[in-house]
Amino acid sequence: MVGIVIISHSKKLAEGVKELVLQMVREGVKIEAVGGVAADPKALGTDPLRVKEAIEKVFDEKGVLIVGDFGSAILSARVALKMLPEEKRKLVAIANAPLVEGAFAAAVEASTGGDLESVKEAAEEARNLKKI
Amino acid sequence: MSDINVLTSQDVYEIIFRIFDVIKENEKYLTDLDAAIGDADHGINMTRGFKLATERLKELNPSSDVGTIFNTVGMALLETVGGAAGPLYGMWFMNMAQVVMGKSELDKKTIAEILEAGLKGVQDIGGGTQPGEKTMVDAIYPALEELKKAAEDESVSLLEALRRAAEAAEKGMKATIPMIAKRGRASYLGERSRGHQDPGATSSYLIIKTFYDYLKEKTGQS
Repeated sequence: MVGIVIISHSKKLAEGVKELVLQMVREGVKIEAVGGVAADPKALGTDPLRVKEAIEKVFDEKGVLIVGDFGSAILSARVALKMLPEEKRKLVAIANAPLVEGAFAAAVEASTGGDLESVKEAAEEARNLKKI
Repeated sequence: MSDINVLTSQDVYEIIFRIFDVIKENEKYLTDLDAAIGDADHGINMTRGFKLATERLKELNPSSDVGTIFNTVGMALLETVGGAAGPLYGMWFMNMAQVVMGKSELDKKTIAEILEAGLKGVQDIGGGTQPGEKTMVDAIYPALEELKKAAEDESVSLLEALRRAAEAAEKGMKATIPMIAKRGRASYLGERSRGHQDPGATSSYLIIKTFYDYLKEKTGQS
């Protein structure tokens, strides 16, 4: 099953998204949340080294999808990818998707056995989700 | 005044400590620039990053090569800066490290090579950033152009090459004032980002200038 990494500048937000997704998608989805800066618990930010660790934790031969909030979350994801060995790197993708809706849609698709491409597509299409 | 043709690993080690001092002295300035078009944390984040970088350097063997020094700095910045500057400056230093692993002296040509590798890292992580987009690249790119020219010209000393690089970086930094931001948080402001100097270009200029200031002082003393 495709693994999912949630990145937010806020640790609480990343963990909250993970909590929400796990509650709504029950079929044992592999999901890790990272956020904040280890050196200063009050600071908001992202840390490429912990993103890399998260990727490794949920790593699966079907791949890993990263869903981040914005700005440095995406930059940190790019650095984390560069730090991975080539054979793992090609199995990791970054979604251009809204955080909450994207993570949820990705988890649903992953839990039904979708491949990395379809999980990424599901996350990215979540931007078109109509709420009312 | 005797000419110094190389920066040794000991010089580079000391330059990193200088950069920390310079960033710390300019912490409020950088944060104020960031308050106008960003999220008002650039000075704070960079100070936190270089503080950890210097702490990590103190744990290193003093005779470490330049690559190891740059790599240590890059990893510390990745880990602690937090904002977009973390991945960008982290990759700048880690890419520089890859060029000079095992080396203990940097001549003019090597300094141009490391800056080129560093710039490439910044551009890659930013998603293909080009000059003119109101970013760090606007300070680094012209500095690199000057260094490359100086590297080809035998009559230009290392000190003069670094002086020209610092001057070009300063000009590039100031040129960001009328630009419309195309990257990062500032880009959400569109037209309203005009009239403000880019904080990332400013910290990049300060870093490049510190290399020059250090060598100027060392040359004066020798």
